[in-house]
Amino acid sequence: MVTVGTPAVNIAIFALFVAATLVIAVSAAGANRTTTDYYAGGRAFTGRQNGIAIGGDYLSAASFLGIAGLIALYGYDGFLYSIGFLVGWLLVLLLVAGPLRNTGRYTTADVLDLRLRAVPVRAAAAVSTLTVSLFYLLAQMAGAGGLVSLLLGVHSAQGQDVTVAVVGLLMIFYVLVGGMKGTTWVQIVKALLLTVGAAVATVWVLVRAGFSLSSLLGHAAAASPAGRAVLGPGLLYGVNTVSRFNFISLSLALVLGTAGLPHVLMRLYTVPDAAQARRSVVWTICLVGVFYMFTLVLGFGAMWLVGAKQIEAAPGKDNSAVPLLAFHLGGTVFLGLVAAVAFATILAVVAGLTITASASFAHDIYAGVLRRGQADPDSEVRVARITAIVIGLVAVLGGIYAKDVDVAFLVALAFAVAASANLPSILYSFFWPRFTARGALWSIYGGLVSAVGLIIFSPVVSGNAAGLGGAGPSLISDPHVNFAFFPLDNPGLVSIPLAFFLGWLGSVTDPHPSDPARFARMQVRGLTGVGAERGSHG
Amino acid sequence: MSVTQSSPGRGPVIGTSSGYELVQGSREFRTLRRRLGYFVVPVTVMFLGWYFLYVILAAFAPGFMRITVFGEVNIGLCFGLLQFGSTFLIALGFGRWAPRNFDPLAARMRQRLETGRKP
Repeated sequence: MVTVGTPAVNIAIFALFVAATLVIAVSAAGANRTTTDYYAGGRAFTGRQNGIAIGGDYLSAASFLGIAGLIALYGYDGFLYSIGFLVGWLLVLLLVAGPLRNTGRYTTADVLDLRLRAVPVRAAAAVSTLTVSLFYLLAQMAGAGGLVSLLLGVHSAQGQDVTVAVVGLLMIFYVLVGGMKGTTWVQIVKALLLTVGAAVATVWVLVRAGFSLSSLLGHAAAASPAGRAVLGPGLLYGVNTVSRFNFISLSLALVLGTAGLPHVLMRLYTVPDAAQARRSVVWTICLVGVFYMFTLVLGFGAMWLVGAKQIEAAPGKDNSAVPLLAFHLGGTVFLGLVAAVAFATILAVVAGLTITASASFAHDIYAGVLRRGQADPDSEVRVARITAIVIGLVAVLGGIYAKDVDVAFLVALAFAVAASANLPSILYSFFWPRFTARGALWSIYGGLVSAVGLIIFSPVVSGNAAGLGGAGPSLISDPHVNFAFFPLDNPGLVSIPLAFFLGWLGSVTDPHPSDPARFARMQVRGLTGVGAERGSHG
Repeated sequence: MSVTQSSPGRGPVIGTSSGYELVQGSREFRTLRRRLGYFVVPVTVMFLGWYFLYVILAAFAPGFMRITVFGEVNIGLCFGLLQFGSTFLIALGFGRWAPRNFDPLAARMRQRLETGRKP
C-alpha cells in the first residue's frame, strides 16, 4: 500500500481545518430556534453569498477528486462529466429557481403541496428526497474513506472505518449546532478554499507545461498507456454500442439531475426573494464553471506528472489522482493543504445533505404527514435534529461499504434518481395546468422505483465482476452471481422519460381533474412572489 | 376583489375562491408571463439542443471530434469549451436581463396584490 506525504503533517493540517470550520459553524449558528432559522438560515443570505454556498454544496468530492481522476485515467471522457454537471445549472436558473423560491417554504414537497394539496404527494416527495440524499451521501462517504486512507496512512480496514465514523460524527455536530446558517458559512469558506486551492494547482501545472494547453495535452498523451486516444472521446464510453448508449443515458441524467437535487433546491430558500434566488444561481454557474475548467487541467496534469500506473495502484484509485498530483507539485505541505480542502469539501457537502434530509423528514413526514400540519415548530426542529443523527449514522455505514467505487460515478447515479423522481413533478406543477395528485404520485414513485430498480438489475450491482467497460467492477464481486438484465450502468435514458410519461398518464386518467384555481394560484405566486415568505432583509 | 394576508406562512387568501384566476387572466399578469416566456423558452430549447448535439457527436462521431484544430487541441475539446462558453453567456445574460425586464414588474404586482388593490 502507498502512503504519500507525512501522515503527521497531514493530520495536523486536517485538525487545523476541522477546528477552523467548527469555530465558523458555532459562531455563525445563532439561536436556531425556529424552523426558518434551522432550515433556511433565517432567509437572510444575499444572492452572492448563497451562490457561493451552493457552489460549496455542489462541488463535492465527486467534482474535485472524481472528475479529475477520471480525466487522469480516461482523458476526454472524464471531461464529459463536467460539461453535464455544468450545463444542468441552466435548467435551475431558467425554469426552477424563481418559481421554487416563490412557492415553497423549505422543501420541494412544499411546492407540490401548494399545487395539489394532497398528503400522499407530500409523503412521496419526501421519500424521493430522502432516497436521493442517501445516494449522494453514500458517494461522499466513499470518497472520504479512500482519501483518508491515502493521506493518514490508515491502511487497516478497521482504521479506515474509524476515520469514516469520525467524518460522520463531525458532520452531525455541524448540523446540530450550526443549523442551516452554520452549514452555509462552512460551505462558503470551503468553496473559496477549494477554488483557491484548485487555482493554485492549475497555475502550477500550466507553468510546468509552459502555459500551453496544447503542450500539456501532448505531454499527458505521451505519458498515458492509451496514447493519443485520451485526447478524444471514446476511451471510457466508446467501447461498444452499449457503452455509447450508457454515455447518452449518463448525459441525460447529468443535465436533468441538477434541477432535481434536493440539497441544491433547498438552498434557494435561504435568500429573501426570487430575484436573489436567481442571482444565487448565476454566481453558482460562474464558480462551478471556472472550477471545472481547473479540473480539466488538473486531470491531464495528473495523467502527465503522476501517471496512470501510480494512480491505479493508490488506495481510492482515480479518486486519489489530485492528491498525488499535489504531492508531486508541492511536496508534503501542499499535499496536506489540498487534501484538507478535499476533506473539508466532503464534510461540507455531507452536512448540506444531512440538513436537507433531516428537513425533509421532520417538515414533510413528521409535521406534514404524521401531524397533518399541526406540529409545533419546537418539536419539528427537535425531530429534525434527531433525524440528522440517524442519517449521519446511516451515512457512516454506507461509507464503510462503498470505499472503492468511483465517486463521480456514484454521484451520477444519484443524479439519475433525482432527474427521474423529482424533476418531472416539479416542472409539471409549475407549468402544466392539468397536472393532478395522481400524476404526481405515479411520476414520483414510477421514477424512483424504475431508477433504483434498474440500477439494482444493472452491471453496477452484478454481472460485471471484471469491471469491463468503464464504470468499474460490480458491487457484488462474485462472478457467478449475475442478475443484471438491464445493460446500462445509468438508468436515466429509461427512467427519466418514463417518469415524465407516468406524470402525464396519471394526470389525464385521474378521475379528479386538476383544479384551475390552484394552478392559477401556483402561477401567480410563482411569477410574482405574492404570499411567499420574505427574508429578514425583505 | 380584495387580497388579504392570512396566517403567516400560508400566503394571502384571496377573497373569492377564483381570485387568483382573475389575476391570472389580467392583462398585466399575461404581459409578465409572456415576457419571461419569450426569454426562457427559446433559450432552454437552444441550450438543450446544443448540449445533446455535443453528446451525440461525442458518442457516435468520435472521429470527427478527434480532428485537430491546432497542436494537440482537437474539435472535441473546442466543442466542450464552447459548452462552457455558452453556459456562461446564458447565465450572465439572464442575470442582466431579469433585474431590468422582469423583477421590477413582478415586484410591483406583488406589492399591489399584497396591499389589496385591484390588479
